[in-house]
Amino acid sequence: MNISILSPPKRENAPLLARLHIDLPLLTGVLLLCAFGLAMLYSASGSDMAMVKRQLLNIAMALVIMIAIAQLPPAVLKLLSPWFYLAGILLLVAVLVMGDMGKGAQRWLIIAGFRFQPSELVKIAVPMLCALYLASRPQPVRSWHLLIALFLSLIPAALIIKQPDLGTAILVTAAGLFTLFFAGLSWRLIIFIVTIAVAGISAILYNPDYLDLFLHEYQKRRVLTLFDPQNDPLGAGYHIIQSTIAIGSGGIFGKGWLNGTQSHLDFLPEQHTDFIFAVIAEELGFAGIIVMLLLYLFLILRGLYIAAVADSVYGRLLAGTMTLVFFIYLLVNTGMVSGILPVVGVPLPLVSYGGTSIITIMVGFGILMSIHTHRDYRESGRCEITSYID
Amino acid sequence: MALTTTKQQYAIMQRLFLRRIIATIIFVLLSLGAVLTRLYWLQVTDHAHYQTLSTDNRIRLLPLPPERGEIRDRNGILLARNIPSNDLFIFPDKVKDLDETIAQLAQIIPISEDDRKRFFKLKRRQRRFERVAIRTGLNEREMAAFAVERHRFQGVDMGITLRRYYPDGELTAHVVGYIGRINERELETIDQADYSGTSHIGKTGLERYYEEQLHGEVGVQKVEMDATSHIMRVIETQPSINGKDIRLHFDIELQRIAMEELGEHSGAVVAIDVKSGGVLALASKPGFDANLFVDGISFSNYGALRENPETPLVNRTVHGRYPPGSTIKPFYALAGLELGTVTANHSVWCPGHYKIKGAGRTFRDWKKSGHGTTNIFKAIEQSCDVYFYNLAYNMGIDRLHDFMSLFRFGEQTGVDMPHETSAVMPSVAWKKKRYNKVWVPGDTVNAGIGQGFVLVSPLQLAYATAVIAGDGKLIPPRLASHIDGISTGLADSEVPRIKKQSPLHWQQVIQGMSQVVEAPRGTAKRIRSKEYRIAGKTGTAQVISMKQNEDYDEKRLAKEKHDHALFVAFAPTDNPRIAVSVIVEHGGHGGSTAAPIARRIMDAYLLEESIETEQQATAEEQENLQEAPSEETESEAGAETGAEREATAET
Repeated sequence: MNISILSPPKRENAPLLARLHIDLPLLTGVLLLCAFGLAMLYSASGSDMAMVKRQLLNIAMALVIMIAIAQLPPAVLKLLSPWFYLAGILLLVAVLVMGDMGKGAQRWLIIAGFRFQPSELVKIAVPMLCALYLASRPQPVRSWHLLIALFLSLIPAALIIKQPDLGTAILVTAAGLFTLFFAGLSWRLIIFIVTIAVAGISAILYNPDYLDLFLHEYQKRRVLTLFDPQNDPLGAGYHIIQSTIAIGSGGIFGKGWLNGTQSHLDFLPEQHTDFIFAVIAEELGFAGIIVMLLLYLFLILRGLYIAAVADSVYGRLLAGTMTLVFFIYLLVNTGMVSGILPVVGVPLPLVSYGGTSIITIMVGFGILMSIHTHRDYRESGRCEITSYID
Repeated sequence: MALTTTKQQYAIMQRLFLRRIIATIIFVLLSLGAVLTRLYWLQVTDHAHYQTLSTDNRIRLLPLPPERGEIRDRNGILLARNIPSNDLFIFPDKVKDLDETIAQLAQIIPISEDDRKRFFKLKRRQRRFERVAIRTGLNEREMAAFAVERHRFQGVDMGITLRRYYPDGELTAHVVGYIGRINERELETIDQADYSGTSHIGKTGLERYYEEQLHGEVGVQKVEMDATSHIMRVIETQPSINGKDIRLHFDIELQRIAMEELGEHSGAVVAIDVKSGGVLALASKPGFDANLFVDGISFSNYGALRENPETPLVNRTVHGRYPPGSTIKPFYALAGLELGTVTANHSVWCPGHYKIKGAGRTFRDWKKSGHGTTNIFKAIEQSCDVYFYNLAYNMGIDRLHDFMSLFRFGEQTGVDMPHETSAVMPSVAWKKKRYNKVWVPGDTVNAGIGQGFVLVSPLQLAYATAVIAGDGKLIPPRLASHIDGISTGLADSEVPRIKKQSPLHWQQVIQGMSQVVEAPRGTAKRIRSKEYRIAGKTGTAQVISMKQNEDYDEKRLAKEKHDHALFVAFAPTDNPRIAVSVIVEHGGHGGSTAAPIARRIMDAYLLEESIETEQQATAEEQENLQEAPSEETESEAGAETGAEREATAET
């Protein structure tokens, strides 16, 4: 048992932010994006100050949670992983049971007066458990360990598909796969999985009725609309047509903040949540988008750096996965709004309106900070085998 | 962790992990590159194209709402139809000063305060470029008046919309229900794309239960508009698919008779076709005019309906819960026979009251002098309470509960109406859960005559009667017989049946029910018919509980304390076709008040075949009118809606 993991060495000499377990580059990036998001929300909501204030409150709450999580040493996170996972599964089952009684799609539970989506908890719990499982196997991990980890992420994904929430189910499975990827899933298997995915999509294109096996009718429509938006111009297709017009009409420098005509004439659907990217592209143009994407890129590179210098297998698997999941949110949202990916209802991380998604993402950053700021300072980040011997 | 990890292996792992990080960075950069390429294409290469699309966003997608399916009764008479209504619309984004415009419009055609309120309420909910109705149901004079002044009003236009109309609104309000404007909560549960262009949704009754079938599928029209939002050119049309028409088992003539026969009383009548399980009549009195709700009911009208102590908004047939009184006795008798608590030969001495052994409380029979020696036939025929006190007491409430559940007492019958009540068939566990109290023997005795905790809905009573008449077949009661011409009925082999101990027991109960009407001392002997035989059971349910030594004196009690009169019956006894339940609130005795109503219904269904052919003729006439609507009928419809809209406002 390495005592230093549970009681890290004193570090009076460390800078104040490090003692508070805050990573300055991450915090800066997060705050900049949140501020940018608030400004765009003000425009997208039609200058609705009340909505901006609510979002400000969401952000404040999420920041507090992020910093609180950063205080927990990775060893504690490790201990919590299986319990988070179990709780997530139980709550998902509870949602399904309640949903059955309410005769409709239901994704949330009310706990102590708060609306709570168990699928959000699972988004964090799955990579935590997979990282824990894979880190506790002899390294490098064997293929069948990877299969077990894959299985662990497929259970909650199956429950989420039932809700039905296809987008989240895919993201949860992806989170599990990312952990496998960082744990050393062989390229051959990666190619195999990608091939299956591509083959699946081709089969669906060839005969859309295959989708009936696991998708609800409306999800099927959303996926199919992607390939032919004109086919359903009032539903998902309408969203894509209108958001492409918004984006395209923005040009290089945009129409200016508060001057987007598409968004202000209410052509855009869900303009302050999932489709806020289109508002940004319309008002700030290609240049604005590049600046925003650079901010995201900075956060992602910092996250990957934290993973690279992490001092435990658990830490680097989790840090790598959290970062990659964050990027996938960004990719899926920008991809769907600009019409290259299906409309699956994923918010633009840190910018879209909504408390739940912001909290989940901040929890992720809290975990990154925890991993980075609790490293064993004696080794200054370059870890030794001792750290692996419990 | 594993001690087998060597320094060398660890170094390999570290290199592998770093390579993965680098692969990730490459992936991130490549996919961001893909997104940026797409954006470059949209924002730089094709910018001019989208700029045009955006600045004079003339191309608009207009939803083509589907026409809602119509509802007809068994003879084809329309119960819910769509009639064209001439409405006046404002495009809020084309009008500078809305208040001023509305004030000027009000000088030409009447616009009430309610119209104004509704307009602003609707406007808030809609997209800015969508039109909002300021007045519905313009008559010809009003249309002409506006046409003359039209040039003064930019952004104001007339249009025809289809409006739901219930020709027999008062008779069918509870059955057909009504549609109303989609509210916020409903907005969350529907596919919004499917309802773009549709402002109304089924709120109650069949309109709600069959919403999915009645609604249809939205279509879309791609149009080019000019600056004043007039359509210049239709580019592409994807037609809507109209909602499905629904044909019912329900018979509007039987319903009319039931409502008339109830007269001034509140109450309910349910009639079920024994062979098909079809619901023929589902009358709940008092009713209300469903048409009031379609365009938003005015506060005063709604208040009056809500505050009315007779609760006209409640559909008593499926939501009402009444003590069944003696009408439940035939089912108890069957329970006694099937479970072996009693036999047909077994007799009980009825002295006019009943005492539980060792307990002080006395339970009275309705006949003070007692019925004397009573067997099961006499007990049903003359409704002997003591016999059933004894039967229930000996059987125990849990066994009684389990048997009654077979007939759906205490459960939903599965009728095609929303939110059906399951009422109460009590058990020891039920009382514990509901009141957290222990079941006492006196509760069982009370339940033995359908009082105490036992509650039933009129539909449950009629359904259970139909099950007895139909020889144990559990055909789910159905109002709809055909949806889009396809039958909703189950094949005979799919119908579940109650497992019988002995068919003889069932015949004995029917024998008892038959004597209720046919025997000289039967409690419903006054409704005996020469043409066919009836089997039935009367009931009189106490609304207030009498003290031990108090006597029930109708003259001294206020009307709301009078007993409910109940009756269940089926006919013809030897080949049952119709089962009926009647509840007359505060109507006094079942035999004198409720039974004659049931008789009228059965007469109408079994004897007056002529009605049916007559109805066929009128239905065909209606159809002809529909196919070639003359100007006369249209203006008539307009006048009707005009009259109705006097009292419209959003609730």
